[in-house]
Amino acid sequence: MKLTRTGGLVAVALTGTLALAACGSDGGTTDNGSSTGNANISCASGSLKASGSSAQKNAIAEWVNAYQAACPDATIDYQANGSGAGVTDFINKQTAFAGSDSALKEEEQPKADARCASGPAINIPMVGGSINVVYNVEGVDKLILDAPTLAGIFDSTITKWNDPKIAALNAGVTLPDTSIAQFHRSDESGTTDNFTKYLIAKEVWDFEGGKAWEAKGGQGAKGSDGVANAVKSTPNSIGYVELSFAEDAGLSSAWIDNGNGPIEATSANAATTIASATVDGTGNNLPLKIDRAGTTGYPIVLVTYEITCEKGLSGSDLELTKSFLTYTASNDGQAALTDIGYVPITGDLLTKVQTAVSSIS
Amino acid sequence: MSTTVEPPGSAAPDAPAAIKGAAVRRGDRVFLGLSRGAGVLILVIMAAIAAFLVWKAVPSLQANTANFFTTSEWTPDADPAYFGIAALAFGTLMTAVIAMVLAVPVGIGIALFIAHYANRRLGSALGFITDLLAAVPSIIFGMWGLEFLMPQMQGFLQWLTTYFGWIPLFQNDLGIWTRSIMIAGTVLAIMVLPTVSAISREVFVQVPREHIEAALALGATRWEMVRMAIFPFAKPGMISASMLGLGRALGETIAVALILSANYVINWQITEPGGNTFAANIALRWNEAGPIGLSALVASGLVLFVITLAVNMAARLIIARRAEFSGANG
Repeated sequence: MKLTRTGGLVAVALTGTLALAACGSDGGTTDNGSSTGNANISCASGSLKASGSSAQKNAIAEWVNAYQAACPDATIDYQANGSGAGVTDFINKQTAFAGSDSALKEEEQPKADARCASGPAINIPMVGGSINVVYNVEGVDKLILDAPTLAGIFDSTITKWNDPKIAALNAGVTLPDTSIAQFHRSDESGTTDNFTKYLIAKEVWDFEGGKAWEAKGGQGAKGSDGVANAVKSTPNSIGYVELSFAEDAGLSSAWIDNGNGPIEATSANAATTIASATVDGTGNNLPLKIDRAGTTGYPIVLVTYEITCEKGLSGSDLELTKSFLTYTASNDGQAALTDIGYVPITGDLLTKVQTAVSSIS
Repeated sequence: MSTTVEPPGSAAPDAPAAIKGAAVRRGDRVFLGLSRGAGVLILVIMAAIAAFLVWKAVPSLQANTANFFTTSEWTPDADPAYFGIAALAFGTLMTAVIAMVLAVPVGIGIALFIAHYANRRLGSALGFITDLLAAVPSIIFGMWGLEFLMPQMQGFLQWLTTYFGWIPLFQNDLGIWTRSIMIAGTVLAIMVLPTVSAISREVFVQVPREHIEAALALGATRWEMVRMAIFPFAKPGMISASMLGLGRALGETIAVALILSANYVINWQITEPGGNTFAANIALRWNEAGPIGLSALVASGLVLFVITLAVNMAARLIIARRAEFSGANG
């Protein structure tokens, strides 16, 4: 009797575990809508491993879905284990390409070149993003900020919503006389890096920048979803997250005045800034220099790269990498980004990206 | 298994003189070997962990331009690397101390109630429920603490600041009471509660019936009986229960990482946002850290490893000193 009962309990526990495990599978965005009828994909077959930046995880997932729907013989596995780990995996020949929030650093370039048997490793900008300054202040439908006020809020020198500096930018808006609850990322992230890059470009930020938050004051929350949730649940709060998180959480985003009047934080305005970036490399290596301080578009943007070999990938990796990246760099591939909260690469820059991908051999 | 065992005939002559008359059986030898192997294995694993931590930590310690023990900043990937564990050690110890202050009295109270006050049915039901608390994954505690407990605690923390703000610990200059060491410590207290109460309960139940009855026969009240008969007997057990709880509080990672507003400042005003712990810091920074950053995180892990060892050894020492009081399993 006792044994049966234990057996029953074990069975219940096991079922529970299995059910939970089933729930644990990736809940990332899987919007299949745009993937039908991609006649433009020229398929390759086999399986491909890639890894890196978690910022482009949803973009890659979207592309992989579309690609695999068109090419049933291909399997592409992208591990979002972080940019640093992605570059290391690529250098150690574990993967065919790496997703990274930043172009290869000087000391990484020779190692990456050595990994590619017969040619250099190249940085190809592929996924753009917009970092929105989200806020939760009742009664304020449109908030305008500029670089000095942003820096003031995020280094805690501006502590009240009705501070004269904020009020001066928002004539006619009633700002509450309450403390600003400021949220930043408590974990290391490319979002923090690119957000502070803007403030540094405007020369209003007294810190060195980087993936870890450096300023004192404010509150840290883990992950973009953590910041979005914190802002949503805390009255009179402000934070920075990528566009898709701002949209998913239904948060209002501040307009940024970069010197030419306030600009709304939209995918299209961010695309303007990315398209105006200059290439800081030679040949088909395309690390970008983004003119955040002078752009007429939305200035707080980020660009993530795919890092792969221009020449020297091994046989099956080569076919599939080239075929997949050709699709992601195509107009269709880039158009798919806007719907899922990313920013497409446009204009001359996209042509350069397409040339770079076609040079892979 | 049978391949490692010698044939029975050769076993008898080797038998130790101490075991007179009884030949050492095959089973005894196998069991001796297995248990000795397990004992050695645990030492080897400990040594391997320590060696690994030291080996991985050395590059960052060599590159570090700050004092590793007294610096609060954490910028190992900057050039030059500059980082130290002062703020991490402060946050780790502070959250753990708060957890202990809250959890130990309550945990021992629960254990006492279950063992000596409640009737059998209620006692075993309560015991079962506290044990269940130990089975809740820490991420659940983290989310619960962040989404439920933190908003609920706001009123209490503001009250604390209003009436006890003259104690520097509870002073709050920011007017913000979220994501603080106090809240993280409270969540940790709930997490270590089952450990403390389960072990204390086991010890309380073992107090010899004679001691209890003797105390009651002498006219002691229940509380006096608890003080005179149970506590002296159970003290080592209560201490080791607390130390095991402390071990969990020191090493808890994800719940703390979710709740604390990670920064690198030593702030004694524990109701203000801030604070960071060794484990939470590693969890938050591991994914995107550079080579020196990873090594620096391992170095901080080494310190946590040493602190945890020291805590456990201190507990052992206390128990060993009080060996005369300890019960069946001395």
